[in-house]
Amino acid sequence: MAEIEIPVLTTTVTKMVQWARRSSIWPVTFGLACCAIEMMAMSTSRYDIARFGAEVFRGSPRQSDLMIVAGRLSRKMAPVLRRIYDQMPEPKYVISMGACASIGGVFDNYALVQGVDQIVPVDVFVPGCPPRPESLIYGIVQLQRKIDQQRITELSSESSRVPKPLIITG
Amino acid sequence: MNTQQILDVLRGAVPEGSVEAAHAADGMPAIYVAREHVAAVALVLRDHPELGFAFAPDITGVDYLPREPRFEVMFHLVALGIAGFGDTPKRLRVKVKVPGTDAHMPTLTGVWKSMNWGEREVYDLFGIVFDGHPDLRRILMPDDWEGHPARKDYPVQIQMKPKVYEPLQVTAQEFAANIQANRDRAQQD
Repeated sequence: MAEIEIPVLTTTVTKMVQWARRSSIWPVTFGLACCAIEMMAMSTSRYDIARFGAEVFRGSPRQSDLMIVAGRLSRKMAPVLRRIYDQMPEPKYVISMGACASIGGVFDNYALVQGVDQIVPVDVFVPGCPPRPESLIYGIVQLQRKIDQQRITELSSESSRVPKPLIITG
Repeated sequence: MNTQQILDVLRGAVPEGSVEAAHAADGMPAIYVAREHVAAVALVLRDHPELGFAFAPDITGVDYLPREPRFEVMFHLVALGIAGFGDTPKRLRVKVKVPGTDAHMPTLTGVWKSMNWGEREVYDLFGIVFDGHPDLRRILMPDDWEGHPARKDYPVQIQMKPKVYEPLQVTAQEFAANIQANRDRAQQD
């Protein structure tokens, strides 16, 4: 009997659910400016975000897990962004991509929101102007590590709406 | 055609003293038009057989703040010409001085339809009111915005909480009526 391999893997439900959740982060198709070009490049075969299961850009926010705020957000666009975020089902995550989305970038003026964390709760900030696709992939991997730390029992609670700060070492 | 030739054509057709030459660093023909005669001059510029400026690609404003008259509305005109008939395309820059105390100007949407959105942009950013415009609303800034951002005395940075929620502006019936009105208007055009 020793030579027969039994195709069985043992794990816990929590670990398996977390593996499934972090390996299928589907972003909403939503680009605001030049960062969106890098975001699109990230999904091409050269950078291949499919390796991390995040290549399925959904056309509808109701099927998405992640919103990548790719570009500068004008004050006129802010209610639109918030409405799209509100349409996404829980659990949902936000990546603030680039300098403009994070702090307003070089556009320190009346027309732009100085940081999208005034509009939606942000999980990961990706620096750069614009960030290279590798940087954004790194941000998605950090988000995966963050999802790994969440317990599925916590997801149904209201506290999951507010992202907890994540300390990543190394 | 240079500025002087265009002015010579215009002299007989428009009221006395309504046009004069303007300096243009890039050599493009440029004229000043008096504000009260701009509608009449525009019609001549479009319809005169020697001019035929049928196309208005651009309109914008300038704010020379300490100076009075404070604003200048500037638009470009193009005569496409008829190829093969000795007629070359030509361009013209037209400037209108608008005082800051009375920032009004007659609209040119009746002469060139493309002026519609351009004049809305100048109104939005400079606060120059185009009298007779069919639909003078803001076009770039939000509808409830205060002030006109391209004016020189407008602050660059403002400390204001961004608006997050926008309630629906119209009821379902009003929305359907608006769509229908737009369709009807498009068919008439």
